[in-house]
Amino acid sequence: MKKLMNDSTKIVSQFLDGLVASHGNLIKRLEGTEVIVRKEMIPNKVGLISGGGSGHEPAHAGYVGTGMLDAAIAGEVFTSPGADQFLAAIQAADQGSGVLLIIKNYNGDVMNAEMAMEMAEAKGIETAMVVVNDDIAVDDVENRRGIAGTVLIHKVAGAKAEQLASLQEVKEVAERAISNVRSMSVALQACTLPSASKPSFSLSDTQMEVGIGIHGEQGMSREDVLTSYEIAELLVSHIEKEVDVTKPVYVLVNGMGSTPLLEQYVFANDTVSILKKNNVHVEKMLVGDYMTSLDMAGISLTLFAIDEELHSLLQSKATTIQWTEVSQ
Amino acid sequence: MNSHQVQQWMETTLSLIKENETTLSELDQTIGDGDHGVNMVRGFQAVVDEFPNWEQENTSAVMQKIGTTLVSKVGGASGPLFGTGFMRLGAAFKSEEGAWADGLTKAAEGIAQRGKVSVGDATLLDVWDPVAKVVQAKGTDWAEVERAAQDGMNGTKQLETKRGRGALLKERSIGHLDPGAVSSYYLFHALVQTMTKGEN
Repeated sequence: MKKLMNDSTKIVSQFLDGLVASHGNLIKRLEGTEVIVRKEMIPNKVGLISGGGSGHEPAHAGYVGTGMLDAAIAGEVFTSPGADQFLAAIQAADQGSGVLLIIKNYNGDVMNAEMAMEMAEAKGIETAMVVVNDDIAVDDVENRRGIAGTVLIHKVAGAKAEQLASLQEVKEVAERAISNVRSMSVALQACTLPSASKPSFSLSDTQMEVGIGIHGEQGMSREDVLTSYEIAELLVSHIEKEVDVTKPVYVLVNGMGSTPLLEQYVFANDTVSILKKNNVHVEKMLVGDYMTSLDMAGISLTLFAIDEELHSLLQSKATTIQWTEVSQ
Repeated sequence: MNSHQVQQWMETTLSLIKENETTLSELDQTIGDGDHGVNMVRGFQAVVDEFPNWEQENTSAVMQKIGTTLVSKVGGASGPLFGTGFMRLGAAFKSEEGAWADGLTKAAEGIAQRGKVSVGDATLLDVWDPVAKVVQAKGTDWAEVERAAQDGMNGTKQLETKRGRGALLKERSIGHLDPGAVSSYYLFHALVQTMTKGEN
């Protein structure tokens, strides 16, 4: 399998160095770690950190900056970073008002984060955690994965923290947002890990995988491939059942890594016309690669039902690599 | 067990995991994300590489350092689980008396707690728990440990995975060995080899 790389065991470290070399005005790398931190910390602000395995770029380092995250941890590809890395991020992000960890719901991420929180508490740093589980493809709510909706949680929690809200207040707004955000995805082609010789699974030219996660794991069902409009109908019909669509919604159309923007906007157009037909008020559309799965081809759709406060938090200014003024 | 034996144990584990790296990753590809082999090799390689720095340390301290190295270098879910196991073993080895029975029991409890898993969920606990129980009941009978570890590993094939990404497959996970149980088997197989060296 061809990859643009030098050494699969150094790919994350070289990525982080490249990110800093390109965006040194916004971020820096915490020396000796796989942690990217915001260049200028704000005194007394609640620290916000996120992280997990790599392979989801621009997540999460692409959301470090003003109005979003203070630190992001990049583990090996699709592998949670160790607790020591989470601890380093917590310590860097702590400005005296505690640190909130925004974790996607995977056992490894949660376990390492919990271990790090225990270590941080022992050092006198107050911490709290919210777990994002927006992927409705999984029936069992306890096992629901965190996928692209996580980015919207970064945004609202980040904006709240920037207002110098307390750790408890930031946590509450993040939890309220989590309960209003739902996603589901479809893959047209599996991804290949840098260390692997073949894709995680194989799909024929006429098949798609429905209910895929962001780690190349198999989805919930394999179906004959549909048109973009039909896929949008399928995903909207599932997600609508779980989101209060009587409220205005933010829509996130997220490319999985190898989905051309040409196709993403076709899908966005289909989604918006279906939602309009269903009398759903679309407040804002976001389209692009926000939370990828290496070189997977496919799309995820996220609907986020907003209230007044969530709306204003989403609209407030953030300056990061991926979330820019265009997203406001 | 002295710290030299711990080193042998880790070296043997590493070579077993290395030999079977592709198999471990392929098992993980079936029910997870396909990197268990790579992660375990990275972690145990780091442990083996660190040994020269731990020359002055006693068995208990070395085991605890193995634990923190695995947490840091394996990452994922396996890092904290194997790491917790070794940290608990290390704590028990502060006194030699009954260290194996006490340490393995506390390791299995620690893994269950950290991973929020129960016996029968088709995870590494299905190897650690029977090993702990057999040592608790019969002492360090290494042939029994080998059997318990092997049976535990094989047992995960019939079980539905209840935790981790494999759980998403529900009944589709039945029929596959759990990768963490397989690498745990290698770990205990290496322990048995280390402890029975020269006996036969």
